Amino acid sequence: MACINAHGELTESAQKILEALEQPGSAETVAKLTSLPLFRIRSGLREMGEAGIVEMNEETYSMTERGRSFLATKE
Amino acid sequence: MSEQSGNSVLESTLTSAQAEISHTLPRLGSPAPSFEAITTYGKIRLEDFRGGWVVLFSHPADFTPVCTTEFMAFAALVPELRKRNVELLGLSIDSPTSHIAWVRNIKEKFDVDISFPIIADSNKEVATLYGMLMPGESNTETSRCVFVIDPAGVIRTMIYYPLTTGRNTDEIIRLIDALQTTDKHGVATPANWKPGDKVIVPPPSTVEEAEARVKAGYECADWYFCKKAV
Repeated sequence: MACINAHGELTESAQKILEALEQPGSAETVAKLTSLPLFRIRSGLREMGEAGIVEMNEETYSMTERGRSFLATKE
Repeated sequence: MSEQSGNSVLESTLTSAQAEISHTLPRLGSPAPSFEAITTYGKIRLEDFRGGWVVLFSHPADFTPVCTTEFMAFAALVPELRKRNVELLGLSIDSPTSHIAWVRNIKEKFDVDISFPIIADSNKEVATLYGMLMPGESNTETSRCVFVIDPAGVIRTMIYYPLTTGRNTDEIIRLIDALQTTDKHGVATPANWKPGDKVIVPPPSTVEEAEARVKAGYECADWYFCKKAV
């Protein structure tokens, strides 16, 4: 799952994942909130982590400042 | 060549052949080889499926008729598989662009959504890891292989079909039901079993268990052949 498209914007699924992380949560929680399969959440979160959009602390994921700025741009 | 040196050569050949087999072929009951691969849903690792079942399957090539019928049949399975906590993961030695074009073509020509990822195994890495290439058939196309991997990442089933023969996807559902019933109830399933049929109680391993088995109230043809409902 590429999380950022050619225009430098979040892809649709990355947007969904990020919105589900308004409150920090596990991959399983994000899967429930987005209704996306767990494997897509795990791979998506990994890519978003590499892009500096989310960060993981133990098993909990949360949005970084960069992630917040992406969401703010969308609003 | 002396007999002793001949034996050494034989042993050495066997050892390297065994090493080759253990390197290239997965085994039932063994951990599924890990990988990270480019798919139509981005970069995916096998570990991303942990906690759920995976049906990893290969097809010979995109834009071929038998594979197209199979993909539509696999796509139709997705709702039933998801009810069983199973995800599909396809693979062929094609590029991501080819996969995307083919998936879009299937949608356009047959109105079928392919809603599962397909590995673009251009460098044959995963195909080699799982022994999906059969040199007797083709060195460039993967055969029609199916690997059922359980939530702990263990290979539970391997099925190989030749290039010419499309798979029976009903059998994959039946197989998943049988494996999940086995795990849940600690039983085996007889030939042609389907959900609702009686299952096989594992044979007793001691005389004492055999005696107890007869009195246990199962439907027994003999002490080693007992069935029960689950």
